[in-house]
Amino acid sequence: MNTNTPALALHEVRKQFGATQIIHGVNLVIAAGERHAIIGPNGAGKSTLFNLISGRFPVSSGRISLRGHDITGCTPFQINRLGLARSFQVTNIFHRMSVFENIRCATLWSLGYGYSFWHRVGALRDVRERSEQVMEHIGLARRRDISAGVLTYAEQRALEIGITIAGDAPVILLDEPTAGMSRTEAAQAMALIQRVTQGRTLLMVEHDMSVVFGLADRISVLVYGECIASGTPAEIRANAAVQEAYLGSLHPQTEAT
Amino acid sequence: MEFFLVQLFNGVSYGLLLFMLSSGLTLVFSLMGVLNFAHASFYMLGAYFAFQISTWTGFWAGLVVAPLLVGALGMLVERVGLRRVHAHGHVAELLFTFGLAYLIEEAVHLIWGRAALPYHVPAALDGPLFQIADSPYPMYRVFMMLISVSMLVAVWLTLTRTRIGLVIQAALTHPDTVQALGHNVPRIFMLVFGGGAALAGLAGVIGGAAFVTDPSMAIAVGPIVFVIVVVGGMGSLAGAFFASLLIGCLQTFSVSLDWTLAGLLTTLGFSMGPDTPLWSVWSIKLSQAAPVLPYLIMVLMLIFRPRGLMGTRDE
Amino acid sequence: MNTTLRYRPLNLGRWLLWGTTALIFVLAPLFSDASFALTLLSQMGILIIFSLSYNMLLGQSGMLSFGHAVYSGLGAYIAVHALNFIGKGTLHFPVSLLPLIGGCAGLVFGSIFGYVTTKKSGTTFAMISLGIGEMVFACVLMFPGFFGGEGGITTNRVVGSAVLGVTYGPAIQVYYLIAAWAFICMIAMFALTQTPLGRMANAVRDNPERAEFIGYNTQRVRYIQLMLSAFFAGVAGSLSCINYEIVSAENVSAIRSGGVLIATFIGGVGLFFGPILGAILFTLFAIALSSFTKAWLLYLGLFFLLMVLYAPGGVAWLVAIQLPVLRARRLTDLLWPYSLAILAAAVCVIGLVGSVEMLYHAALESGGDRHIQWFGLNVDVRTPTPWLVTSALLLCGGLATRYAMQFVQRRWDTIQLALRQVAT
Repeated sequence: MNTNTPALALHEVRKQFGATQIIHGVNLVIAAGERHAIIGPNGAGKSTLFNLISGRFPVSSGRISLRGHDITGCTPFQINRLGLARSFQVTNIFHRMSVFENIRCATLWSLGYGYSFWHRVGALRDVRERSEQVMEHIGLARRRDISAGVLTYAEQRALEIGITIAGDAPVILLDEPTAGMSRTEAAQAMALIQRVTQGRTLLMVEHDMSVVFGLADRISVLVYGECIASGTPAEIRANAAVQEAYLGSLHPQTEAT
Repeated sequence: MEFFLVQLFNGVSYGLLLFMLSSGLTLVFSLMGVLNFAHASFYMLGAYFAFQISTWTGFWAGLVVAPLLVGALGMLVERVGLRRVHAHGHVAELLFTFGLAYLIEEAVHLIWGRAALPYHVPAALDGPLFQIADSPYPMYRVFMMLISVSMLVAVWLTLTRTRIGLVIQAALTHPDTVQALGHNVPRIFMLVFGGGAALAGLAGVIGGAAFVTDPSMAIAVGPIVFVIVVVGGMGSLAGAFFASLLIGCLQTFSVSLDWTLAGLLTTLGFSMGPDTPLWSVWSIKLSQAAPVLPYLIMVLMLIFRPRGLMGTRDE
Repeated sequence: MNTTLRYRPLNLGRWLLWGTTALIFVLAPLFSDASFALTLLSQMGILIIFSLSYNMLLGQSGMLSFGHAVYSGLGAYIAVHALNFIGKGTLHFPVSLLPLIGGCAGLVFGSIFGYVTTKKSGTTFAMISLGIGEMVFACVLMFPGFFGGEGGITTNRVVGSAVLGVTYGPAIQVYYLIAAWAFICMIAMFALTQTPLGRMANAVRDNPERAEFIGYNTQRVRYIQLMLSAFFAGVAGSLSCINYEIVSAENVSAIRSGGVLIATFIGGVGLFFGPILGAILFTLFAIALSSFTKAWLLYLGLFFLLMVLYAPGGVAWLVAIQLPVLRARRLTDLLWPYSLAILAAAVCVIGLVGSVEMLYHAALESGGDRHIQWFGLNVDVRTPTPWLVTSALLLCGGLATRYAMQFVQRRWDTIQLALRQVAT
């Protein structure tokens, strides 16, 4: 693949539910290897945008391409197979399975086992090694046999990220990975994200500004379904439009959190 | 023409009866997410209760009391059974109603025996009402239509004009919000479940007298009602209405037609005879194939339009 | 109910378990030489395969099917025709491997009907499976040429040349054929749960949305799982064809589909061995109880309903949750509450059975005899005394059971609390 191909490109993406337009023609290009954060006030359409990119909802118009492939109208599993994995704002894991099983299931497709009913999953070394490596990464190795439903909230959030990265997708979407976490937990989560997204493209929605400005190479600001600015953290800080539309409420928030 | 008209009337009256069943099922399903497997058993109980009451006081008391009894039973079932399994999810609820259907059928065996009951149209409604061309049209069929239509109008008015109806409508789409607004959602569930059961019971009272009242009447009609709900689109009352009429007419027409595929192909110029391969398929009469047709429609619908006629959700 | 799945490499325990199972299969008919016992065992073996295959849908993939008999029944029809061809000499195929033919037929029909049913999941899947079941049942009656109408198709299993003296004439040989197939199918179905497909079936059951976002088409997972399950159903169907030498419309009926659902659920859908227990219990219920009473279906329905309400994990789950208590040597604490509960429930059951039997007697045989003989007691169903007695037993038993269960619950909670404190 050409190294100049963007990891993700959105062209005039629109989405409406009934008569209400949520996303008003978003254009966004994310280069390979970039850590990109989307910020914006509540109700700006950040999660909707994620759902459009990952194929959870179909777009109303516009095009989305992932590493040069047009993925407009593709199903979530097709998009995942083309190299995009995402996490969810509301924890979305396999509650009745153990931590290890959760991670293991997430590795199966990328390691090429598909719908196989002729491999014994316990005997697959690559699956086991990859799962153990991921559990080590997210710090849940000691909890491997615990049922995911009884983990603490922070552990479930870590597992959520673990499931997302287990398939080794080059493009990762994280939807508010630190939502509902305490300050220390958020700091740990930030370190975890930094560690596990090494060498990948990251697109994240985040409210915690310390996380955003600490992690992101570039930031886009979404207000009422429109991308009003895109740039490096320094540029965004200095942008007058952003200040007016959004950052006015940012400073108190940064102090508060 | 005359044949066509009579059949159309029969089809519509049967279709309306089916809608009395499928509307309750749809309402319960869209409100509570519960697919009531025992819905047709309530239909059967309606007929049996009405018969029992009619042996004491005559048909008319049964017409009123039996649906109320069935409705009360429905509420009881919701209160002591369904609410308990609700926490285990929709599959558990479905299993519960499946077990209930099983139990009701056995209880009916136990109390009324296995043979068909002599539950008939009352004398006042027996006989023809008017003539279509030369053939007389039975009064009871018209009575059935009348009851169904007035009942459906009553349900519609309840849903659109009363406070509880508006709450039900709101609960259909936003159960959590309705609960948060301080309405007692479990009680609404109980009322709707009882109401659906009462509707099914009423259908049983009038259907049992028109057709046959025996322990297999639930199994005979249950799957058809499910087909209607799937074909109409899960959770759509309008869809259930059209699907009920469609299936009602289809079943009525097909049982009286002797058309075969072989006949059709012969008129199209193919020569067919008993030596043609698969002759047993070509020579099936439409009347013989009648029991399969609703299911065939369901399968075709699922392949070409999985949402159903008027369904909105495509899970 | 949080069962923790533990990763264990192939261990001694597992070998021991399978070995014991095989031994039971081999030794079972030796305990009783009555032909009745052999019938019972054969039926159990067939139902074990059938309910395990059903649990590949319900327990492992979360698909509640009301039409599973379609696959076993159509498999049985294909098998019966194949057997008749073998009998006529037009087909050369060992009878022992006939289940393979039936299984493949099940697979083919699974791939046809499953394509339609697995488009949906949850409740809609359940309704559609019922519709497909009814459709197939109606079709079977529509084409008497192939399906033999109401009477069905008969066959003779003693055909072809005997291999090593095995002719399948004597019932004992048929039993061992069934036992061998049941054992093989058990292992195969257990192995399937340990494959990527089997693991993903569980994932799709628990959280279909997430499964889509880790690269899996949930519809495809359900479809393949259903096809494989239909294969085993077909195997069970062909074995019943060999066992009974007749296949009729009843084989594809809603009654069969409902039966396997009840058997599987009673046994327990959450654990692999649940359906095996369920098959054994259901067969005992169906064969043993039906010879004593006409109301057995009512009892079965009641039992099923009680399980749905109070023990949704089935008998297997009830057994499994005792194990940690047993391991902690605390089961003795529960002996007393358990005995009380069982005693109270027994009183309740006696009252219930008495009432039901008298009702049945009064309703079904009211024309003739009004007396029932119970263990030497001559009961006249027209007098109020027996009704009062049974009602009182039912009522008191019910109340006593309620209190006893509260007692059990309290003890149980105390023990669980203690166990948790030990663990942390």
